[in-house]
Amino acid sequence: MKLRSWFLLPSWLWMALLFLAPFVIVLAYSLLTRGVYGGTGPPWTAENYQRLVDSLYLTILLRSFAMAFVATVLCLVFAFPAALFIVRSTNYRNLYLQLVMLPFWTSFLVRTYAWMFLLRDTGLINTALQAVGIIHDPLPLLYNNAAVLLGLVYGYLPFMVLPIYATLERLDPALVEAAADLGARPLTTVLRIIVPLSKPGIVAGSVLVFIPCLGAYLTPDLLGGGRTVLVGNLVQNQFTTARDWPFGSAVSIALMVLVTVLLLAFLRRESETIL
Amino acid sequence: MEPILELRQLVKEFPGQQAVTGISLSVPRGSFFSLLGPSGCGKTTTLRLIAGFEHPTSGEVLLNGQDVKHKKPYERNVSTVFQSYALFPHLTARQNIEFGLRQHRIADIDKRVAEVLALVGLAGKESRRPAQLSGGERQRVALARSLVLQPDVLLLDEPLAALDPKLRKHMRLELKAMQRRVGITFLLVTHDQEEALSMSDQLAVMNEGRIEQVGSPQDVYLRPRTAFVAGFLGAVNWIGGVGIRPEATRIAQDGVPDSHRHASGSVTGSVFLGDCVEILVRLDSGENVVAQVPRGSFAFQAGDPVRICWHPDEEMNFS
Repeated sequence: MKLRSWFLLPSWLWMALLFLAPFVIVLAYSLLTRGVYGGTGPPWTAENYQRLVDSLYLTILLRSFAMAFVATVLCLVFAFPAALFIVRSTNYRNLYLQLVMLPFWTSFLVRTYAWMFLLRDTGLINTALQAVGIIHDPLPLLYNNAAVLLGLVYGYLPFMVLPIYATLERLDPALVEAAADLGARPLTTVLRIIVPLSKPGIVAGSVLVFIPCLGAYLTPDLLGGGRTVLVGNLVQNQFTTARDWPFGSAVSIALMVLVTVLLLAFLRRESETIL
Repeated sequence: MEPILELRQLVKEFPGQQAVTGISLSVPRGSFFSLLGPSGCGKTTTLRLIAGFEHPTSGEVLLNGQDVKHKKPYERNVSTVFQSYALFPHLTARQNIEFGLRQHRIADIDKRVAEVLALVGLAGKESRRPAQLSGGERQRVALARSLVLQPDVLLLDEPLAALDPKLRKHMRLELKAMQRRVGITFLLVTHDQEEALSMSDQLAVMNEGRIEQVGSPQDVYLRPRTAFVAGFLGAVNWIGGVGIRPEATRIAQDGVPDSHRHASGSVTGSVFLGDCVEILVRLDSGENVVAQVPRGSFAFQAGDPVRICWHPDEEMNFS
């Protein structure tokens, strides 16, 4: 074996033990039958997958896709101007980048709980609004779709900002000057030149936000209060309360296949349009 | 006639340095004007001040007699050909050329694009992306993109620097011819004295943020006002405080003509340049000089005693 291959051995081992093996186990579980007392055993069956087409589960899947899509779009809307601002502010660039990454210094769970303290009926926002007399009864800020969306956008925004920042930083400043020189106003320059040229970053950021949002279960669980069931919560429920491991595995595998297919189709289309 | 572009006491300071230290300049309408100087002399900063990419610390830029201080780059009727060309990589050659026309909402886009494509010799390549074009073709797109807007002044920032030497020489002639044909004022920034001399109607030699001399190529080459200008535009032999160009320095083999001045020394070597030969001479005074002589007309060995001579009219004096 060549020296170069030896260096790759750790990553191959890592992938085999921690990705491939669990995947095979989950795949096997998804094809087994649930026992009467919550155990799992033979016979082999495809029944778990057939259950997926039930309208109840399709609705959950569709809702998850819609939620992840909206979260991705919102992230893009907030992240692009932010990334552009960071690139333009040459003197404080590193400071702003640190600020974008600052939330990672504390646990995601803690940060999500912090949102609950802000949003709940007796939380900071409602208390403050009531104190100044703008509202009488607390606003229903927590335990709804909007709260889940807020949590998702908040949690994954840095994953959109950073790849876009990376492409914008490499953009030749002369291109922006050339656009202005040819008569383009700032907004036109952004839309016709900067956005198309930062497409690789936008695509990377969208993928990085969309996929974890699709599988999110912590945010919908805490901020949705169990009312907003997304596919991540469905999987979690099957493995915990429902004790239906084969069905939970089938949902996981189906989601993974679906995402992979969609992602490949999306990247293929995008790579055709990127130069 | 009123100059198309005028700079008045233009100053640009960057933190810790003064890039342009109060330059004044008039660029005649329809002329080919060059800013010539070594890197860091402030010529590119001057160009960027005219284009509007930088704001002057003080002083004025007048375009067509109007102060453009408060005008943004997209409001100024000048256009820049960037050193890197700065073509939009996601657009085709045609889309690059159309970009400015669309911003200015010009009606007969197709006709104007067809004309400029013919002018720069790019017809047939308009649907290619910049990455699919050669360096020379990219430059033509950059030129076409600016020329099609018929700017008051076309600003060219070292446009030939990225081309290979052969193409560069060819493009000098072509740029000059193009300028004559369209009649647009060209303002060229370059550090290449041959480029500036061969193309310009007038040129300004810059050094350390100042203008050393403005004049026709003949003026600045033959009658440089400062030692810097003399040295930047070509080689100079310094003999007793007086400057003489190597091509005006002769080797006196059959006696010195009455009208000429002379000095004696010995040959230290020779350099064959193809079209001529440079004879290196160390004068008795200790000064080293170079005489450019026709190929094959002399054969010298190192150590040969020689006498060099020159006509007094060729002397360049700086007080």
